[in-house]
Amino acid sequence: MSGTMAELVGFDEAISRYEPVIGLETHVELGTRSKMFCGCPTGFGAEPNTQVCPVCLGLPGSLPVTNAAAIESTIRIGLALDCTIAPWSRFARKNYFYPDMPKDFQISQYDEPLCTDGWLDVTVHPEGAPPRRIRVEIERVHLEEDTGKSLHKGGATGRIHGADYSLVDYNRAGIPLVEIVTKPITGTGSLAPLAARAYVTELRDLLRALGVSDVRMEEGSLRCDVNTSLAPHGATVWGTRTETKNVNSLRSVERAVRYEIERQAAVLDTGGRIVQETRHFHEDGGITTPGRSKEEAQDYRYFPEPDLVPIAPAAEWVESLRASLPELPSARRARLQAEWDLSDLDMAAVVNAGALDLVAETVAAGAPAAEARKWWLGELRQRANADGVELVDLAVTPAQVARVTELVAAGTLNDKLARQVLDGVLAGEGAPDDVVATRNLAVVSDDGALSAAVDEAIAANPDVVGKIRGGKPAAAGVLVGAVMKATRGQADAARVRELIAQRLG
Amino acid sequence: MSITRDEVSHLARLARLALTDAELEHLAAQLDQIITAVARVQEVTAEGIPPTSHAVPLTNVYRPDEVVPPIGADAALACAPAVEEQRFRVPRILTED
Amino acid sequence: MTSELTRLTAAEMAAAVAAGEVSATELTQAHLDQIAAVDGQVHAFLHVSPEVALAAAGAVDARRAAGEPLGPLAGVPVAVKDVFTTTDMPTTAGSRILEGWRPPYESTVSRRLREAGAIPLGKTNMDEFAMGSSTENSAFGTSHNPWDLTRVPGGSSGGSSAAVAAFEAPLGTGTDTGGSIRQPAAVCGLVGMKPTYGGSSRYGVIAFASSLDTPGPLARTVLDAALLHEAMSGHDPCDSTSIDAPVPPVVAAARQADVEGMRIGVVTELSGDGYQPGVLARFAESVELLESLGAKITEVSCPHFAYALPAYYLIAPSECSSNLARFDAMRYGLRAGDDGSHSAEEVMSITRGQGFGAEVKRRIILGAYALSSGYYDAYYGKAQQVRTLVIRDFDAAFEQVDVLVSPTTPTTAFKIGERVDDPIAMYVADLCTIPSDLAGNAALSVPCGLSAEDGLPVGLQVMAPVLGDDRAYRVGAAVETALQARWGGPLLAQAPRLEENKG
Repeated sequence: MSGTMAELVGFDEAISRYEPVIGLETHVELGTRSKMFCGCPTGFGAEPNTQVCPVCLGLPGSLPVTNAAAIESTIRIGLALDCTIAPWSRFARKNYFYPDMPKDFQISQYDEPLCTDGWLDVTVHPEGAPPRRIRVEIERVHLEEDTGKSLHKGGATGRIHGADYSLVDYNRAGIPLVEIVTKPITGTGSLAPLAARAYVTELRDLLRALGVSDVRMEEGSLRCDVNTSLAPHGATVWGTRTETKNVNSLRSVERAVRYEIERQAAVLDTGGRIVQETRHFHEDGGITTPGRSKEEAQDYRYFPEPDLVPIAPAAEWVESLRASLPELPSARRARLQAEWDLSDLDMAAVVNAGALDLVAETVAAGAPAAEARKWWLGELRQRANADGVELVDLAVTPAQVARVTELVAAGTLNDKLARQVLDGVLAGEGAPDDVVATRNLAVVSDDGALSAAVDEAIAANPDVVGKIRGGKPAAAGVLVGAVMKATRGQADAARVRELIAQRLG
Repeated sequence: MSITRDEVSHLARLARLALTDAELEHLAAQLDQIITAVARVQEVTAEGIPPTSHAVPLTNVYRPDEVVPPIGADAALACAPAVEEQRFRVPRILTED
Repeated sequence: MTSELTRLTAAEMAAAVAAGEVSATELTQAHLDQIAAVDGQVHAFLHVSPEVALAAAGAVDARRAAGEPLGPLAGVPVAVKDVFTTTDMPTTAGSRILEGWRPPYESTVSRRLREAGAIPLGKTNMDEFAMGSSTENSAFGTSHNPWDLTRVPGGSSGGSSAAVAAFEAPLGTGTDTGGSIRQPAAVCGLVGMKPTYGGSSRYGVIAFASSLDTPGPLARTVLDAALLHEAMSGHDPCDSTSIDAPVPPVVAAARQADVEGMRIGVVTELSGDGYQPGVLARFAESVELLESLGAKITEVSCPHFAYALPAYYLIAPSECSSNLARFDAMRYGLRAGDDGSHSAEEVMSITRGQGFGAEVKRRIILGAYALSSGYYDAYYGKAQQVRTLVIRDFDAAFEQVDVLVSPTTPTTAFKIGERVDDPIAMYVADLCTIPSDLAGNAALSVPCGLSAEDGLPVGLQVMAPVLGDDRAYRVGAAVETALQARWGGPLLAQAPRLEENKG
């Protein structure tokens, strides 16, 4: 990493003087069984160089043959983004030398991509302001092959700079990679970092809904390059942009944009110029640093890949793919919001808590929507926060939460007991019914068991009894509390009131 | 002159070819001749003529998404100039991808 | 006797093995003996593999002894151009950068030949990465023309043409990108065929120019070429540009050998200035012969053929500059300069600077130039348009005629060293063959006599439409039959017997 922390300007101050324009290039590894141009398997984490063959090693004489499933997945992505699907498309060679690229060219697409001109609507939820919807226009969606991976040896950091040599594993080389490029996103102002994050989040959810990729940013199956530029308010031309690579979590997408805005503003404020360059994002410090500048401008010498023939998807096939698209996240959210009868704000709370799928599954398992939402956003979210994990990582399933709500509705549990049941489930004591049984948590409404406790409470609180008899029925709460205490919370409170009323009435 | 020595030098760098000065000199002269000769294609009136990249026009040639057993790390690494930790050992890389 | 075995045709050898008149082992040994006797003079082979060959021959003999069915080329030796990957023999493509490389996979063509029972004798010399017309661009020495050892055997498949002409093998495989099968066949007095592009698989063929490279046969007779063509061709799912259609009936056509009623076009543009008089004379005689055999001769103009050569020298180098990028010293092959002081980028450049020969470097740079932004439209783009126009010329011509004919090469075999540092002069050797490479159609070269000036072989080129490969064989076989009757035997009977040379 070269050097010193850049000068920064505070974010609000930067936004007060400059208008940011952002753009995102997202790479998605498709979840096909075999690679893009050969039959090698694609599993993550295999022993080095065990998932390779003459084709993905680029051995002399080997030839690529296109994976049909990769073409289909790319077209489905294009359709889900409302793109135009090209009736005729070609692969091209992007020529540049790099040790992790076996042929020293990448089979990619250049001026004839599979999908063009789409859009994706995203919603940002600024703190203390109503949600805002932003339409992100999609420039293109194209298909290419991934490269191998290098380990840098020697030197202090394990990074490329200062390393003595590198070790290359080509298992990843040739895995199908879809690149989704936005048009410049303008007019977001202070929301730019959130908009970038919301876009990648929405895209990730969409890709997951399509089932085309496992979209794991931490494993690199979803990777982002973020372009950022600033121009003074009112300027008629956009500023020079930087391209920040290596942005590999949702949080980092937001931070990288924010950092670049703060850094570029500082440069511009002092009369400096932004250099068009590649920058690298550092997860640890949340900063970007310039990539080593290339000695000369890249000239990729693109030309049509002669080893592959053109892709001409039949219109009927494309239409059948369109017809068979699953319900997409935005449509699903709208449907669920209506079904659950939630306000925009309440729905946003569910989405932001990462509880959408969990609530939906809980409802699907039989719980009323309000109950499902109450448990996930209340008790369970507190537990998740306390443990520092995501909701989805809690050791309780939507079906179990649904069962708890069912037991509450049936009067078997009250809310307090229900919380104890969830405690037991989270502690690994088994399903809700098991916890109820082993902890003996069911509400006691049996008169025989309750009568003694009621009598005891009356005997022990003559002053309260006096108040009730003296025309203050509300004082009965004290007696109910005493009964509840005596029964460790398991008493059916309604029945206890009835019994007190009978005795004192 | 259709191509200069500097241009040839630039192209040689782009193509990762280390050339001696004598080679560069010699090549530049020959390439100048060759480029002049091949530039004859520009005499052809080709307005509106589509380019041909494949002599025999095929489309939509695919393989099913099926796994074929890989060749194994030993075979993959057998001809490598240097190997370490079951990986291809390469000299330090200067430019980032 | 063994020297006479090598004089049989491949068809005769296959029949003799099938009938048990000669064993595959005897036949193979006879050819290994011939290689031992003459290859010191010819230098056709980069690698001879007696163990591989004799093991394959033994397997054929065992199958025959066990009464198992034999492949169509069972026991027939074949010389394999060193551009096809083989797992049991090194593969270098004539380049220092691949010296000693043992591919972990077999090319489709050589696999099919083995499955057909053919016996691979070894790997033949070639111009480095198939770039050249003489084998002088090989990193491992020049092959010699058996007709005159001071002359080139053509190229790039010059090792295969020299081997077959020197009776070291009855059959040789080649690849044709700009004429690399037909030109060496012509200058060595052989039959050479460039099949329709996509008719034979490129899988395992070390690429020169992907949109042009076409594997094909070299042989001493038209029928032998057809037998090899049939055995090596057909659809291959490992090559996306492979045509999914049956191999045209080339063997039947070679046996049919008749041109009665065929319409044959003489290409106006492939004649005239720059052509050796002896070549033109033999060509004119061949046309008369075809007419006398009942063909209807017309002259056909293909105006854009004049631009085929420059277009080719943009397209082929462009593709090669990209195809040869992978020779970067990282995964296989030569690595130079890795002494700890150089970066990967420098090691790539040093290795490529040392590992590639002059012609390869010329073409890589030319290709990088033609593809660079700013020049693409004027050079590569324009060449691709010329390619369309050449195809249209062929299409129009094949509306009028069944096949087109021309000389295969403007001159007979040139002297070793004569054009080695004059690329333009070298490139002209492919003047007549390039149009069919650009258009992807089938084209055959068949011997049509010796040039009066130098007593060296002249080839007649027969060009047929895409997937009309059989037509070329039909015409070639008719010419061969009529001329052999006139000559009283094969043309190669007039070549010197190298095995009788002393020392």
